[in-house]
Amino acid sequence: MAERRSTGIGPDRILLYAVLLSLAFLFLLPVYVMVVNSVKPLDEIRSGNLMALPIEWTIEPWLTAWSTAQIGVQPTGLRPYFVNSFLLVVPAVAISTLVGALNGYILTQFRFRGAHVLFAAMLFSVFIPFQIVLIPMAKTLGVLGLAGTVKGLVFVNVVYGIGFTTLFFRNYYAAFPHELVSSARMDGADFFGVLFRILLPSSAPIIVVTVIWQFTNIWNEFLFGASFSDFSSFPITVALNNLVNSSTGVKEYNVHFAGAFIAAIPTLVVYLVSGKYFVRGLMAGSVKG
Amino acid sequence: MRAGALPKLLLSPSVLLVLVCVYGYIMFTIYLSFTSSMLMPLYDWAGTASYQRLFAQENWHVALSNLWVFASLYIGVAVVLGLGFAILIDQHIRAEGMFRSIFLYPMALSFIVTGTAWKWLLDPGVGLEHTMHDLGWESFAFGWIKDSDMAIYCVVIAAVWQTTGFVMALFLAGLRGVDAEQISAARVDGARTWQIYLHIIIPQLGPVFVSAFVILAHMAIKSYDLVIALTNGGPGRSTWLPSVFMYQYSFTRNEMSVGAASAVMMLAAIGLVVLPYLFSEMHKVKNG
Amino acid sequence: MRRKIIATVLAGAFSFAGPSFAADNSVEVLHWWTSGGEAAALNVLKGNLEKQGIKWNDMPVAGGGGEAAMTAVRARVTAGNPPTAVQMLGFDITDWGKQGVVADLNAVAAKEGWDKTVPAALQKFSKYNGKWIAAPVNVHSTNWVWANKEVLAKAGVTSEPKTWDEFIADAEKVQKAGFIGLAHGGQPWQDATLFDGVVMATGGIDYYRKAFIDLDQKAINSPTTEKVFRRMSQLRKLVDKDFSGRDWNVASGMVISGKAGFQMMGDWAKGEFINAKKVPGKDFLCFRTPGTQGTVSFNSDQFVMFKVGADKEAAQAKLASAIMDPGFQSAFNVVKGSVPARTDVPDTAFDACGKKGMKDLAEANKKNTLVGSIAHGHAVPASLKNAIYDVVTRHFNGQLDDKKAVAALASALKQ
Repeated sequence: MAERRSTGIGPDRILLYAVLLSLAFLFLLPVYVMVVNSVKPLDEIRSGNLMALPIEWTIEPWLTAWSTAQIGVQPTGLRPYFVNSFLLVVPAVAISTLVGALNGYILTQFRFRGAHVLFAAMLFSVFIPFQIVLIPMAKTLGVLGLAGTVKGLVFVNVVYGIGFTTLFFRNYYAAFPHELVSSARMDGADFFGVLFRILLPSSAPIIVVTVIWQFTNIWNEFLFGASFSDFSSFPITVALNNLVNSSTGVKEYNVHFAGAFIAAIPTLVVYLVSGKYFVRGLMAGSVKG
Repeated sequence: MRAGALPKLLLSPSVLLVLVCVYGYIMFTIYLSFTSSMLMPLYDWAGTASYQRLFAQENWHVALSNLWVFASLYIGVAVVLGLGFAILIDQHIRAEGMFRSIFLYPMALSFIVTGTAWKWLLDPGVGLEHTMHDLGWESFAFGWIKDSDMAIYCVVIAAVWQTTGFVMALFLAGLRGVDAEQISAARVDGARTWQIYLHIIIPQLGPVFVSAFVILAHMAIKSYDLVIALTNGGPGRSTWLPSVFMYQYSFTRNEMSVGAASAVMMLAAIGLVVLPYLFSEMHKVKNG
Repeated sequence: MRRKIIATVLAGAFSFAGPSFAADNSVEVLHWWTSGGEAAALNVLKGNLEKQGIKWNDMPVAGGGGEAAMTAVRARVTAGNPPTAVQMLGFDITDWGKQGVVADLNAVAAKEGWDKTVPAALQKFSKYNGKWIAAPVNVHSTNWVWANKEVLAKAGVTSEPKTWDEFIADAEKVQKAGFIGLAHGGQPWQDATLFDGVVMATGGIDYYRKAFIDLDQKAINSPTTEKVFRRMSQLRKLVDKDFSGRDWNVASGMVISGKAGFQMMGDWAKGEFINAKKVPGKDFLCFRTPGTQGTVSFNSDQFVMFKVGADKEAAQAKLASAIMDPGFQSAFNVVKGSVPARTDVPDTAFDACGKKGMKDLAEANKKNTLVGSIAHGHAVPASLKNAIYDVVTRHFNGQLDDKKAVAALASALKQ
């Protein structure tokens, strides 16, 4: 709503805040459960109540999950795989964002036959279930010599990010004031000139949306990470799965929760820090359709 | 501006990759569904045997009916809640950023994390029910997750929790993009807040509804990790979704051709639902 | 030009002349033993190999008793970079053998005499077309019952039940005394593990073989099968209301902590008891599912060796050899709860239940009453195994009555 209304403390406002606060409480419940149980010693979890505050606080589970938990045969904790994930996510997000921007630019600022068909085809690609992709992509990666490498994982994630990144940028650039582009062209700007000097500098909101979306999806991706990596390159989702889904032994639930949280920290940070820009980016005509 | 060679050239890698790695692989899957592949792809011809076997599987029918229940509830509830949250937050509240972050953060979590956290909460032995009993509310019962008929609703709960914030962000952006003049004009005419929302703002959010639907439908189809982490398809097989079916038959039960057949069915269903939206997109582009 | 050809031919000849001088002394092992006792046990193997100068590259993929791992293997093999060895069970090994992507271990096997020391029933899976393709690490068996001695005493149960009816009666006594009769986790594989024991106890070894290995429709569609499902229904009445979806080790925990009297589970459960510092015979009892003493339904974890480049073959052979080493077999299985895959390993390091397990295995091997577990992929291939799971779990969850279950089973197993 664009107008400021008087925001006095009427019954309406109280009700509004009450509703919001209860909803917020409900939304925080799962994370509360995770965090609270990640700082309890194991016997408290076994005997006590899931939602109770710890009687005895301990940071051990976090330390264990980070550096000494058994992920396989060796007790390395999640740390080395944290690094693997960054090595995967940063290039993948950068490349897929650039590709999306390029595609969005081409699809909206140029006329050519079949442009809309191509866009629709790219858009439909977001629906492909990853299980279908597994065997043929494995073959492709093998042929390309990328099997088991981080480069291969980057490639796979970029390919399946093309649909969404193109969508985001295409809708954004479709709403971009055309006069700016035409006047730049009349001033002699060439293909890259328009892209790098006119479009991209004003694309901050949609770049944020794209980066957040891709970062989250690629960081949290499991199937490709487990199937196309080898012992040296598998990401943190695979490591977390190994931590949490072990089949025997005492299930150290507190370590599991700490580990799950550690694995979620980068994406949580990204969301919390850029949440405001996220909404702004969506506002700027990005996913309005 | 008419496209010269350069734009077309620069677009072609993406086109090629999508052509091969999406449509090519879909063709491969369609072919596999007509073979008798078991552990790995077999390049023979088995006619429609796999489809016949697919339709004879009770697991498939359970998965389909679950998808119907899950998708309609998930999409419906997430849209209603997302819009509702957006309207609430749009009321110039203090700490808007905080509320927005609280509703949005679940999207940052991986499905494994979401599933595990909710599995605990919903477990009657250790979660919500147990806590309520401890607090004195003895008759509180919330053992849905252990009930064959109700477990699918637990999947809905977890999925809605995960994505409502994102839908809220979409609607919030849409709400704030509505022309301010129309709203002031309506106010001058004496319209109440809820009337303004109902008659002016929401009708203009059509494109946002469509985007939300596309994103939610896409997540509903792909919901594999969440189901496995939350219920592992159980109790028994009662929370199977087609994505679970496809994974299980292709990779665990060594019936790859049946898994491929289920994938083809899923893609056909997705196509039916999404194609109208794609056509409208194409139409929009064509008409400027 | 001729010099070039000669040089090329010579170079080619040298590369075939024997082990490449740039031998890769590392092995990549894909498995799902990612924690606790199992990982510790595997660590022993890693250490043994490192002493021989072989580096262990660990590729763990946990989940579903190998589900996620098996998916990853498909991708790795398709991509052309298979791991050196992959943990596998039963018919999965045979299926991979059929693909022609596995290595030939006959050289190592012959040198170390595996044919003589590994039970024939295991060799059925370790070999394909007469060639050794996998090295078995252990032999688990599924027809065990674990009981809390104190709970039993409190319920008035003084001795191990010897027949099925005694077993049910004892479990009911435990229930009446306020404990849980049967600690169980409602996951399809666990329901099927119960099924293993009930089938064996009800129809004996011949029925087990005829119906569930030979898939004889007459044997499946018989009163015996209906009796099996009736007995499964009896077990259903003995579990608590929260059994659905419970992990097997949490169920073991219920017996350990004295909440429940019995658990029917494979001998990996022993590890939980030992970890909790319980002593066999004193704190807990281990006995064969009543009616099945003298038979063993087994499953064996084996490391399947995939075809790797010539430079990796030496390391792979050493890995296979290290797995079959009697010292390792003893050390590993003491921790894991299973018994060695070689019959010539002394039982000195094993506890009472382990010793019993080894004795039972040797006996069953001799009398030919050693059969593959239905529930763990050693009786029928994966598609049929899962079809059995479907019927058993639906029946256990009350979606099929006894008669309908028999019909569903017959239809699912129709060849």
